[in-house]
Amino acid sequence: MAELTLVEAINDCFHVELGRDPDVMVLGEDVGRAGGVFRATAGLRDTFGPDRCFDTPLAEAGIMGAAVGLCMAGWRPVCEMQYDAFSYPGLDQLITHVGRYRWRTGGAMAFPLTIRMPYGGGVRAPELHDDSPETYYVHTPGVKVAIPSTPADAKGLLAAAIRSDDPVVVLEPKLHYRTLRGEVPEGEHVVELGKARIAREGSDVTLVAYGSMVPLCERAADELAGECSCEVLDVRTLKPLDEEALLASAAKTGRVVIVQEAPRTAGYGAELAAVLAEKAMLDLRGPVLRVTGYDVPYPYWQIEDAYMPSVERVARAVRKLLEY
Amino acid sequence: MAQVVPAERDLRRVIGDGDAVPDGEVEGLTEHDLLELHRSLVLLRTYDERSVVYHRQGRIGTYAIFWNHEAMQAGSVYALEDEDWIFPSYRESAIGLLRGMPARTILQWWRGHPSGWWNPADYNVASICVPIATHVPHAAGLAWGKKLRGETAVAIAYFGDGATSEGSFHEGANFAAVTGAPVVLFCNNNQWAISTPLSAQTRADALVDKAVGYGIPGIRVDGGDVLAVYEATREAVARARTGGGPTLIEAVTYRAAPHATADDPSAYIDPERVEEERKNECVGRYERYLRRLGVLDEAAAEQVRAEAAELMRTGIAEAEAEPPADVALVFEHAHVDPLPAFEDDLRELRGG
Repeated sequence: MAELTLVEAINDCFHVELGRDPDVMVLGEDVGRAGGVFRATAGLRDTFGPDRCFDTPLAEAGIMGAAVGLCMAGWRPVCEMQYDAFSYPGLDQLITHVGRYRWRTGGAMAFPLTIRMPYGGGVRAPELHDDSPETYYVHTPGVKVAIPSTPADAKGLLAAAIRSDDPVVVLEPKLHYRTLRGEVPEGEHVVELGKARIAREGSDVTLVAYGSMVPLCERAADELAGECSCEVLDVRTLKPLDEEALLASAAKTGRVVIVQEAPRTAGYGAELAAVLAEKAMLDLRGPVLRVTGYDVPYPYWQIEDAYMPSVERVARAVRKLLEY
Repeated sequence: MAQVVPAERDLRRVIGDGDAVPDGEVEGLTEHDLLELHRSLVLLRTYDERSVVYHRQGRIGTYAIFWNHEAMQAGSVYALEDEDWIFPSYRESAIGLLRGMPARTILQWWRGHPSGWWNPADYNVASICVPIATHVPHAAGLAWGKKLRGETAVAIAYFGDGATSEGSFHEGANFAAVTGAPVVLFCNNNQWAISTPLSAQTRADALVDKAVGYGIPGIRVDGGDVLAVYEATREAVARARTGGGPTLIEAVTYRAAPHATADDPSAYIDPERVEEERKNECVGRYERYLRRLGVLDEAAAEQVRAEAAELMRTGIAEAEAEPPADVALVFEHAHVDPLPAFEDDLRELRGG
């Protein structure tokens, strides 16, 4: 085990996966010479050559579209979208082709491409460097979506995505690229898609979160330690959702608060709440509550903290639910 | 640094008009080749005309007509090797016929039956691209990917004049140029995007000029002249295969039929111009050329038409004889590892 930051764990994953499979290649803006604006792909160009860590023109739809063709030529491309909101031009390819092409071929051709990007706010960045676009991806048929919250999962989920024969979108919490350190298994490390993780055991309330909201929920659990026992469920894979883990935790605690950074309406939290409404009704002692971002453009960074779910807002929701 | 060469503006032509414009010839083409090209043209024409009839009879759904586009498709495909990949738009829906795909398959695609979806690797023909120009990056990616693997295959992507306004065309063309991808970007400029004329699509004098911006060669060819199309594509393919990167071909023609069976062009198109274009349509033009050359007689032409008609009769009969698709297919094929919810979904769909 090595102690790595989250972004170091991603870089470690790339070195392992490109080393074990000569069909894996990385393409994106500034991934080669610069090693990525966050250095997630640092060293790959030197180790594996410029063809397997390729600096593309500035063209997100072009990157995703070329990756579709690369799959047809036998490659397993990993596309970097430089920032969350920069991925939007690529949605055209994602929706019209990436998620559909295998289906279109009657299952005959696989499209094992991975799309990864830093996501989320809290980093005092300019506009459109702070979005949480997971819902767009989750809502796209044919595409799987994973969001790690720890360095070990950042490595393991990315490895699973790269090895998956289905297209997978991996969103990485950029807030924690360098602020979060953790033990990361050396060498090959794969975290199976579709499996949630209990980040913290508890008995009174379940906090359901993913990505950068998981550490926040852990802090909220600490804050509430004298009042109640919070379980923190790290969803890890948004699609397919580990319903079993969600329902088991809901059954155990009887209370659920969902915490999501993205805007509220029709966000992923709404899906989690709907699953609970359909399948956990009789286990619940109170309504499912959501603590989310607001239905606004992600704010100017001087006041961005007002947008982000906070320990205080999560604690308030938990107290409200306990008093229900 | 390569010198920027202006795209070739003059329309390349081989077939004359039987009068003032003399016939040319394409070096290396044998009489067999000339007749094979004719067979391809007739096959596509027959497919297209029968499809319009089948639509009117309610036997296929809405259909995108490609009447008078046959020369562009037949001429360019004849310049490819079997290892080369074709990326069709919906206007080239039947181009797989030229690679041995059964008519039944394509008819089923237009009938919305799951058996109309094929494995691209069986024919090196990608799936029909319905959105405009979004397959251009695919062709670039495939060609680049093959080149990286040391393979010699070339890709060709077909799109219309309207497609050159799309971002995907630009991103794909630029990607191809930057990576030196062995790809032919084949624009069938039929001068209409449903009701929007070319003049409302671009201020460029010629679409081929766009090649200059990507630093790639551009060729302009008469899209109704199957031999000129063949020769231009052969040149582009040879360049691509020998490391010369992409070429933009603008094939100029005129859409002498509705955009699709659901379209009524009388609201926007000049019927006299259409009539004039129909008189000079590409299959008849080539047949007259072959007759002037003494290569084709009426009996042989009739035989080719009869074979194509029979192929279509068989195709539609086979398509209609296939049993309806099982609804379980709704959940099939999108994923290698299906979503866990699908089992319950199917049970619920079946009333369980």
